[in-house]
Amino acid sequence: MIAWFSDPTHWTGSDGVFALVIQHLIYSGVALFFACLIGLPIGLYVGHTGRGVVLIAGLANALRSLPSLGLIVLLVILFGPVFTSDMAFIVPSIIVLVLLAVPPIMSGTYAGVAAVDPAAVDAARGMGKRPLDILFDVELPCALPLIFSGLRSATLQIISTATIAAYVSLGGLGRLIIDGRAQNDYYQMAAGAVLVGALALLVDLAIGILSRLTVSPGLTRRL
Amino acid sequence: MITFDAVSKHYRGQTVAVDKLSLTAPSGKLTIFVGPSGCGKTTSLRMVNRLIAPSSGRILLDGEPTDTMDVAVLRRKIGYVIQNAGLFPHRTVAQNIATTARLNGTPKDQALRIAHELLERVGLSSAFANRYPWQLSGGQQQRVGVARALASDPKFMLMDEPFSAVDPVVRGQLQDEFLRLQRDIGKTIIMVTHDIDEALKLGDQVVVLRTGGTLAQVATPQELLARPADDFVADFIGRDRGYRVLGFAEFAKGGVPLGAEPTATLGATPETLRQIATDRWVLVADSMNRPLGWADVDSVKGPLRDGDLNLSGTLAVEGSSLRHVLDAALSSPSGRGVIVGQSGELMGTVTLSHVAEAIEAARTGRMGTQP
Repeated sequence: MIAWFSDPTHWTGSDGVFALVIQHLIYSGVALFFACLIGLPIGLYVGHTGRGVVLIAGLANALRSLPSLGLIVLLVILFGPVFTSDMAFIVPSIIVLVLLAVPPIMSGTYAGVAAVDPAAVDAARGMGKRPLDILFDVELPCALPLIFSGLRSATLQIISTATIAAYVSLGGLGRLIIDGRAQNDYYQMAAGAVLVGALALLVDLAIGILSRLTVSPGLTRRL
Repeated sequence: MITFDAVSKHYRGQTVAVDKLSLTAPSGKLTIFVGPSGCGKTTSLRMVNRLIAPSSGRILLDGEPTDTMDVAVLRRKIGYVIQNAGLFPHRTVAQNIATTARLNGTPKDQALRIAHELLERVGLSSAFANRYPWQLSGGQQQRVGVARALASDPKFMLMDEPFSAVDPVVRGQLQDEFLRLQRDIGKTIIMVTHDIDEALKLGDQVVVLRTGGTLAQVATPQELLARPADDFVADFIGRDRGYRVLGFAEFAKGGVPLGAEPTATLGATPETLRQIATDRWVLVADSMNRPLGWADVDSVKGPLRDGDLNLSGTLAVEGSSLRHVLDAALSSPSGRGVIVGQSGELMGTVTLSHVAEAIEAARTGRMGTQP
């Protein structure tokens, strides 16, 4: 496998490691963006109002049990007639990743907001903060640790599952695994797996640093 | 002035939390709502800043009805202090305090300056300014909670069991400090408590509510103890009413004659003690003449040590109420109550019979002035 990694031709070019990593990150980033766009507001709303708790718990469980591979095939078949370009494959892949990532983001956000000290929220209301100020000045900052933890597990899920994009003939690090399997090149498959793992760890580290920078020391109790 | 005009609160299922409450909390005074659980005292308080909406009736601030005001604007006029302080955990102490000033439009720098001043005001050093709430004890958090309510300099304040989540010693300190603060700032305050002692100690006016949210009595603490309106109020105030009254009759200068009390110091030999003693008990004081405890002359064998001291006697500070003076006399093993000055130095002792005479005199005086 070391030999595989030390071969410079494996790194460059349109199907080299660099290009695949970039593709992988783009799919993951786009999916994470849409997952946040859906999961964060729902989590904030349910946490703030206390309405729909049962609904999102059920929804999260249902989404978690979706078989990604089955779903992506189904979606490709459904979207095939709609799109003509690569979008026929990209859209289904992104949808699957988004569906995977929404539950942890939504649940983390909801749990974070719901766990905010009710006395602090009562004080904020009693001193005359308006509902949106309470949400953004008190509830959201206090919920950040749990939001970040949801975000981290969502990101890990996305990065590891983004390999299936290759299954429907797209790029990303999944190419190494799928193609390696097809060519019986086990070194290439192993290299793909290692790269996906390393990428996940690196991105996780980046989010960890981001969380340290944005979460108040009053919450982390770290000075 | 906060006025309740026939205010009621019903919940679905016909439960009545507050029933046609009409009363006035006078300007610059501390009005206390007290009563058993389920009497609607907290509900009544929370209706003032509309955290709970009244079912019927009106509440007026200085004659202005609250139900037509914008709810956030209304709340910004009223300081709000709650049981567990409810500080924002992600903000520093100074930022927490500055919040209410910022809400009322004070520029950031000025709000932080106010926060620093208020820290001193509530008995915390400015070293606390940049700490976070988790680094503070419960009592310190509560002080910050009070400072935060004061930062916008509101005319009115609502305090919901502000001192009940801390231990009794800290509670006593917080109460004393708050009384001092209120003498300076003279806010119109409504405070809720379930603790009748706290109500009698702090209140200018006490509102007793009974289960079901009806008014039982509105009176000054003195009146409440002297003339409870009915059995419910009498029961709620509890036993020791006669004794508690003594808490109000100030210990007038010369009211109880002070006797000179000879003192010994630690290390004194049994012989020295016997020379000093007027009876079995000798008062022991430190080098600053601050009383340490009583020594029993008959049982001291060698030079006087810490362990020989009887510590059962309480100290009454000169000028405190007859309740404290009587307690000092009752609790002292020698029967002589120790009176100390403001800095703890010995002023003299009082005998039980002299205290009884002073009480008798105060009683006759009080009865004489009553209609």
